[in-house]
Amino acid sequence: MAAPFDLNDDSVVVVIGTGAGGGVLANELAQKGVSVVALEAGGRYLPEDYINDEWESFGQLAWLDPRSTSGDWRVAKDFSGLPAWIVKAVGGTTTHWAGASLRFQPHEFKTRTTYGNVQGANLLDWPIDLAEMEPWYEKAEEKLGVTRTGGREGLPGNNNFKVLEAGARQLGYKEVHTGRMAINSAERDDRYACQQTGFCFQGCKWGAKWSAAYTDIPRGEATGNLEVRERAHVLRIEHDAAGKVTGVLYADKDGSQHLQKARVVCVAGNSIESPRLLLNSASNLFPDGLANSSGQVGRNYMRHMTGSVYAVFDKPVRMWRGTTMAGIVQDEARHDPSRGFVGGYELETLSLGLPFMAAFLDPGAWGREFTTALDSYENMAGLWIVGEDMPQETNRITLNHDIKDQYGLPAPNVHFTDHPNDIAMRNHAYKQGIAIYEAVGATRTFPTPPYPSTHNLGTNRMSENPRDGVVNRWGRAHDVPNLYVSDGSQFTTGAAENPTLTIVALAIRQADHIASEMSRGVL
Amino acid sequence: MTETLTHRNMTRRQLLARSAAASAAFVIGPGFFAASNAAWAMEVAHLKPQTLATLVQMARDIYPHDRIPDEHYVVAVKGYDTAEKAAMVEAGVAALDAAAQGKGHAGYLAIGWERERVDLLRGMEDSAFFQAVRGGLVTGLYNQKAVWPLFGYEGESYSLGGYIDRGFDDINWL
Repeated sequence: MAAPFDLNDDSVVVVIGTGAGGGVLANELAQKGVSVVALEAGGRYLPEDYINDEWESFGQLAWLDPRSTSGDWRVAKDFSGLPAWIVKAVGGTTTHWAGASLRFQPHEFKTRTTYGNVQGANLLDWPIDLAEMEPWYEKAEEKLGVTRTGGREGLPGNNNFKVLEAGARQLGYKEVHTGRMAINSAERDDRYACQQTGFCFQGCKWGAKWSAAYTDIPRGEATGNLEVRERAHVLRIEHDAAGKVTGVLYADKDGSQHLQKARVVCVAGNSIESPRLLLNSASNLFPDGLANSSGQVGRNYMRHMTGSVYAVFDKPVRMWRGTTMAGIVQDEARHDPSRGFVGGYELETLSLGLPFMAAFLDPGAWGREFTTALDSYENMAGLWIVGEDMPQETNRITLNHDIKDQYGLPAPNVHFTDHPNDIAMRNHAYKQGIAIYEAVGATRTFPTPPYPSTHNLGTNRMSENPRDGVVNRWGRAHDVPNLYVSDGSQFTTGAAENPTLTIVALAIRQADHIASEMSRGVL
Repeated sequence: MTETLTHRNMTRRQLLARSAAASAAFVIGPGFFAASNAAWAMEVAHLKPQTLATLVQMARDIYPHDRIPDEHYVVAVKGYDTAEKAAMVEAGVAALDAAAQGKGHAGYLAIGWERERVDLLRGMEDSAFFQAVRGGLVTGLYNQKAVWPLFGYEGESYSLGGYIDRGFDDINWL
């Protein structure tokens, strides 16, 4: 039967969310002939709709439903209602992401074994390893057209990269290049080459950056096997007396509620909404939330150890010109406890426009110390630090019953406090970032605090043993045989790398698994 | 003198254009209130003229950019000139003036040195009034497209074809 599908059609796979996880999974299943209904809370925006203006774009794309924060992280003080900067739209946060596409390192799948017992950290080995993931990474790189893989050229370096590169070379760093980016360095796959426009975070108006919004989603729809229902916000997952999921309740754009029946349900709403949905789906059979017999749903929330370093020079840089994140130093990504912490971090070029720089350079700051920094905006270079943070059981998503969303459901609370390892790693990265810029003549540097989270991970972690996590090696819930988690919330640990490539690789792999289980008649 | 008048008139025109688009309550009239340096002018609908002038000085003291003319600070705070917000702003500015008087000045605007005004602001930076004004300025001031060129920021670039042929890699001093 071809799309659109009937609400009572219980042969369909329902995918909740259409980003890097859900969008890819939905298309991959559709390509294999599986009937899919994808429910997306946001609307549909395409390159012609994207806006080269930071605040206007933020208003267009950002997920702004009520959320609360707690814990020691500075975001809870400066942006108490905005723990994460992620997208509510068809294609999810693949509209906003910068395109950095790095494979995990082998040891990052085995952190409990490699790092040992780090006090206060809930480290666990993934039930899979790099060798198993390599063919899926290759498929993901091919799908996304990642530069510096599969014979594809790297992107040219912009001004911001040239400053980073010169400083990094001065320090003796070796692994310095314009990144492995899901941004075309040449026309490919019906998409333009990068035009060095900047505004990568606001949606690529050329479509040079891969986004599910204009690749996987329309291609899935073209098969006739995928129906994407936009502005369809899932409220609850339903199950039968045997504990198998049977469908999902969602609100459409007018707030009317519908029940879509399902053979399989795949949750891909990002690491805040996915556990929230499972918790909001509590029932007599699953009193602590769906798939939560381990008590791990919502726990081990990770956001990467992040921070930025901006530097002012005596001459112009104009860092905003060109690809935002096409520049990387990888030498510190290794695991080397002699630095005073486990795990590692990447340094990647980053720029903000003037409006966001004013909001994020030093939130709450005022006076001349702050404004003289902005006065030198044209002469600034910038980098982003992204490193592995420690999973902690107490960093978690919970339901805040004091705050209700537009559907009357409890809003998610995001609690986060840095682990001492995160702090030690950030301080090391600040020091190295500052040294890079000082090596090429920076007159002033700014160790800038983390922004609202863009990498949200780990809240439905993958585990070998059902006691330790929420899903198994396929992203399948330990407790519910026809329920899957398909986004970054299934990450057991976070690794140092930007997560999207791994989310996409896992989604391609999961589609293969689901289709195979369905054809074997066991799903 | 001619130069001053021209400058003043241009500023008013710009202000008028911007205000008309943003807020009907903000009207330039013949009986406009002019700041002490006469670089900008506006008629207030709900606030005392002196209150608005104090608010503009406060905005500049919070985010001082010596190359940004007053008109942009006026645009950034003009949203407080509403029936709804007037009482809060009048009370906040009165508290600021009282603090200035406590230091022996006639009022906040009478303090000559920025450092002394900033000291007063530091003393009230946890107040709801200060935080509202400061927080509002982050977008009210820095999201004005007209101020971007003063920082060198170029804004939208897609319609110009990006920077691929316009200097994305033109750095020449490394």
